[in-house]
Amino acid sequence: MSRAFDMKDFKLLAETRFEKREIHRGYAMRTMHVDVGARTMREKPVSEEMKAKFTGGKGFGLRLLWDATEPTTKWDDPENEIVVAMGPVCGNTNYPGSGKSLVVSLSPMTGVPIDSNVGGYFGPYLKFGGWDALEIQGKADAETIVFIDNVEGAVRFYESPAGLQEDTHLLADELTRAFAGGGASADPAELQAISVISAGRGADHSPMGVLNFSLYDRRRDGIRVKQAGRGGIGTVLRDKRIRAVVVRYKGVGQNSNDAADPAAVQRLGLKLHREIVQNDDKQCKMRKQGTAHLMEVMNDYDLLPTKNHKYGQDPRGPELASWVWEKLFSQNLPDGCWFGCTMACAHAVDRFELRTGPYKGQKVCVDGPEYETAAGVGSNLYVYEPEGILELNFYCDTYGIDTISFGTMTGFLMECWELGVLNAERTDGIDLAWGNWKGAAQVLHDMADGKRFGVLAGKGVKFLARYFAEEYGADPRLMKDIALHGKGLEQSEYISKESLAQQGGYYLTNKGPQHDEAWLIFMDMVNNKLPTFEAKAEALHYFPMFRTWFGLQGLCKLPWNDIEPADNGKWPESNKVPEHVHNYIALYTAVTGEKLDWDGLIRQSERVYNFQRVFNIRQGHGRREEDYPPYRAMGPVLEDEYLAREERYDKQMREKIGVDPAGKTTAEKLRITREYRQRQYDSLIDAVFKRRGWTPQGTPTPEHLAELGMDLPEVLEVVKKRL
Amino acid sequence: MIKYLKMDASKCVGCMSCVSACSRAYAKEDNPAKARIQALGLGSGRFQLIACDQECRKCVAECPVQAIGVNKQGVVMIDKSLCVGCLACVAVCPIGAMRYYPAEPTPFKCVACGVCAKACPAGALEIAEKEDSPASRFPFDAIAAVRGEENRGGQA
Repeated sequence: MSRAFDMKDFKLLAETRFEKREIHRGYAMRTMHVDVGARTMREKPVSEEMKAKFTGGKGFGLRLLWDATEPTTKWDDPENEIVVAMGPVCGNTNYPGSGKSLVVSLSPMTGVPIDSNVGGYFGPYLKFGGWDALEIQGKADAETIVFIDNVEGAVRFYESPAGLQEDTHLLADELTRAFAGGGASADPAELQAISVISAGRGADHSPMGVLNFSLYDRRRDGIRVKQAGRGGIGTVLRDKRIRAVVVRYKGVGQNSNDAADPAAVQRLGLKLHREIVQNDDKQCKMRKQGTAHLMEVMNDYDLLPTKNHKYGQDPRGPELASWVWEKLFSQNLPDGCWFGCTMACAHAVDRFELRTGPYKGQKVCVDGPEYETAAGVGSNLYVYEPEGILELNFYCDTYGIDTISFGTMTGFLMECWELGVLNAERTDGIDLAWGNWKGAAQVLHDMADGKRFGVLAGKGVKFLARYFAEEYGADPRLMKDIALHGKGLEQSEYISKESLAQQGGYYLTNKGPQHDEAWLIFMDMVNNKLPTFEAKAEALHYFPMFRTWFGLQGLCKLPWNDIEPADNGKWPESNKVPEHVHNYIALYTAVTGEKLDWDGLIRQSERVYNFQRVFNIRQGHGRREEDYPPYRAMGPVLEDEYLAREERYDKQMREKIGVDPAGKTTAEKLRITREYRQRQYDSLIDAVFKRRGWTPQGTPTPEHLAELGMDLPEVLEVVKKRL
Repeated sequence: MIKYLKMDASKCVGCMSCVSACSRAYAKEDNPAKARIQALGLGSGRFQLIACDQECRKCVAECPVQAIGVNKQGVVMIDKSLCVGCLACVAVCPIGAMRYYPAEPTPFKCVACGVCAKACPAGALEIAEKEDSPASRFPFDAIAAVRGEENRGGQA
């Protein structure tokens, strides 16, 4: 580190004071609007109608973003916003997984709203100054740091001082120490009272930039980061010339939300704490392995992305198994990303020595990897060295690059290398053979530097597929087939070929293919519980709605089903984890004092989900044709891909399609399989849209909107143009 | 060294004097639910005594804000000014010695003060000392390990 900074040395550009406000029953009933261009802050009241229709979190984020933007607004227009919104349950310390905030913005990758669910201390600290959400609008004319001091009651705009680091692992550390206690306090309690949002140099040059939300880890005396990863919100932050947003708050307590029934919040939280402590070792081992516990399971079921999702399994898969990560992760520390989360899955590898890039030779703390990262930059790139994955994980984080988009994008590049579309001349000398993680790291370093091949690569697979076809003469259909994205967002890391419901789970989504909305592979493919289109459609209604609810409340979904009551399996609809759903309903009522039932929970989500769909339509998207997967996500694209699973595909052809594969060439069999699978997906869309109350084109009907209470004039105006 | 409340349940007569004394001393009321020691009837004139052994320290390791530490006598203490009331410590306590009272913001536990021992008419309780152990060093060893330092007996 070059030198230590003190906030007092930063040049203050503007300041707005505010009255702090206590939270009442989970809500502050006001939001903060910051204009970084004008360097102003103003308060906005939250109406009872907004609370009733949008609930909080992602709902508030979308409502505010809609009002702030126009149908013509692009991601890099000054009026585009980054909205950080928390939700009524957010910030309670008793129920595990209650520290999430939702970040909403018009995405540089898709052009429609993205929402990203993120941990770290920022959201709760922001909320407890008396804010339900923060809107950041405008563009600064110089590198700016926004400081929200919820201790003193002030928003301050500072000039980013010369010499301040740009990459997150250094920048967040410098700022945490500079702003602690109002000026470079070394008191751990003061350091813990700071949280920083930042991106990194990669986000300056690529649309797949993440926001890093920091937390100060007292035991490590260091910074940890959690990512609002998907959809490029870090790129929006950097486009606004915001170096960082810093929040300060002290005094989090058991009832900072002023819950209607604080004893019920305690009781519900303690019940889940005990369930986790007792069952986790026998179930998902989240406390020891985090989401990386999935690695060998996915490989066993042919679901672990391997070579750009061409395959789901490899004999080398076990080299990345959970037990490998358990040994690498530092054990015996409470690695939660918010106070009171005993699931504590935010593991880290400490004192990892980097082998490439600007920090080569330094020992750093690597946050993760989580499953998506280990799969995306590991098996998907045919990288089976954990140290390679850790290196890519670390640099993605500190450069502010989404590990999922980077993994899927690099898998595409490596397949293009294998196909001969790319060569050393076209990559500026980078060898992108399968498994060469150092080549992948070089792409990443180039992205951060904004130079060479990294600039092109970082544009993402949607752009690259077209570019390689136009500039390098690659087969356009092949490029389209193997560029794994929906709406411009790279797909996350599960093989969806053998699960039609999961294809829908990925691609019948508002924001693009992520694993946030529906994860139906086991229900559909392994356990065959969704045999009909109607059953699949019901699941593709229920689960996206149910999972949307976490984002309305400021909750993490992992404690919903990555821990289960020991007797969960004996109850009907056990895959919904009914006891936990009842916990959530009781928790909502305990905090807000308002009654809710299971149907009401789904309805809260439906209002926001349909609003988001209409928002997409308002921005000129939200059409049926945008909801189709690239074929790699649906079935085998290439002959060797078919032949590697020939027995399975031939059997399906006989039994499901009713065609005898005997005597047919592989090319013919590929075509027959493809046509069948595409027809299946078409039927799935019909069933899902119908169940969701949408037209066959994917437009929410006015009747359905009225039934939800979302027949707002501005919403109806948009849908009527599409009917 | 670890200072702790040494309990001999075989001598307990179930009079609840310890529970009353503790609750009055710390909660200013006579309420068994607020006592840092519990005396539970097992039937047949036998009783179970529950209070922190000051040695297992799972709560020290678990606390997300390091509000639970160890003082110079080796007693596990909660710093209420740092505690966020999450009750993770209550959940990880293997013997139910870390307690909370509904809607009160912070949990509580025995701090080996000896008030109960003075009140006990049967000689079942005394303040004693024992050696540090791997369990008692565990939370500090874990921190030293991630920092790449030797644990020089330092206690957070």
